[in-house]
Amino acid sequence: METSRDDFIIAIRSAFIQKGTQQRFSLIALIFFALLFIILSSYNFKTINYVKIAIKEVIYRSSFVVSIPENYLKKSFVKIKDHFKLYNEYKDIKLELETLKADKTIDNFIVSENKRLKLIVNDYFLESEETVARILIDKQSPFLRSVIINKGSKNNIKKGFAVLDKKYLVGKVVEVNYLTSRILLLSDLNSKIPVSIEPKGLQAILSGTGEEGGIIQYQKKDFIIEEGSQIYTSGSGNLFKAGIPIGKIINTNKEDEKKVIFYSDFSQLNFVKIMSFEREEK
Amino acid sequence: MGELYNKNFLKKLTSKTPILLLYISVLNEFDFNYLGSNYFSFNFTYILLFYWSLKNNESLNYVLIFIAGLINDVVVGIPLGISSLLYLLICGFAAYLRNITLRPSLIKDWIYFLFTVLVVNSLSYTMLTLIFLFDINYTNILINTFFTFLLYFIFYFIFKAYEKIVFESSNA
Repeated sequence: METSRDDFIIAIRSAFIQKGTQQRFSLIALIFFALLFIILSSYNFKTINYVKIAIKEVIYRSSFVVSIPENYLKKSFVKIKDHFKLYNEYKDIKLELETLKADKTIDNFIVSENKRLKLIVNDYFLESEETVARILIDKQSPFLRSVIINKGSKNNIKKGFAVLDKKYLVGKVVEVNYLTSRILLLSDLNSKIPVSIEPKGLQAILSGTGEEGGIIQYQKKDFIIEEGSQIYTSGSGNLFKAGIPIGKIINTNKEDEKKVIFYSDFSQLNFVKIMSFEREEK
Repeated sequence: MGELYNKNFLKKLTSKTPILLLYISVLNEFDFNYLGSNYFSFNFTYILLFYWSLKNNESLNYVLIFIAGLINDVVVGIPLGISSLLYLLICGFAAYLRNITLRPSLIKDWIYFLFTVLVVNSLSYTMLTLIFLFDINYTNILINTFFTFLLYFIFYFIFKAYEKIVFESSNA
């Protein structure tokens, strides 16, 4: 019994404490160093933040270069997949275009009327100049859904800015470095956005699922949300302006779960628009 | 003279392949995420670290592993130091197994690898959810652990073949 305990201690000591022939530091020293990093990175010290930003800038650029072959593979894979779906998509799009053309004329009237009414109630937001950014890194990790863009504080990007793909909201800026920023996508589990479900105008929170879609949370069970209902930002909390289109409700087997499919395909993002919104002074 | 230099350089480069692979894998994960499958993901880095720490630990340098961990944290977007800690723990577990093993066997290594990945993933899940308040899907971690465990078997033979070609020829 005594011998086996001794063997265990010797094996542990040899594995963690002793330095190997090719090693400069013992494993335990580096483990303590890693722990120190974790503790320091959880505090908001100015010096550490600068170090973190410098590390991130270098790594994001390196990762972009190293990812070129995999991105090429990824793009080829998507291209092949798209070619297989081409004919069916063409038929659907043709049909959709005809419907949209008809709707557009009515929309133009509604938009101008809405603008006029919002000015009256002082709820009209001015859009900042949009900054177009390129996606540098998109790992599509199953754990964290975020992407890195090639614009940072140098381009006046700030935390909390909205990120759009065409007219659709895709996420918000959560980390800003000098030349790069990180966007938290709406599909990330940590993303929570106040939304309005139209046409009934129900207020709820849209949360990411860590997969492709999102789910509606914190919404009263008495309200019935129909399949196909449109999701827009609600403007609550002044996070974003109200009415940015996000996605629509899709049918799920579970009665109390309302799934949202996003209008934008997050796996296909190449360029995004970064915008902020400010309330217009009367 | 030039030929000899070239040969030595090639030998040196091939012996550093595990560390090169480690850096490529943290900067550009070999995880096939773009396939969009919700039911398939694995951690190549864990397999690489465990195998080479167990079989040929001189091909890996702990300081470089520590830096690779920092890079992974930045790329993935988690607090700095977490991946370094996990990677070093994998190395520690592998080093312990190496010290207590007299007659190595694939099955024993494989089962021990499962234990290691479970411990490491549990630790990362605990730290990220309890300390840093991240929301993480538990099922995704389990799927990742399962495929990492399964694929160790395949990578074992690939790495072993490589080790035989590179390290044995350089010792000869």
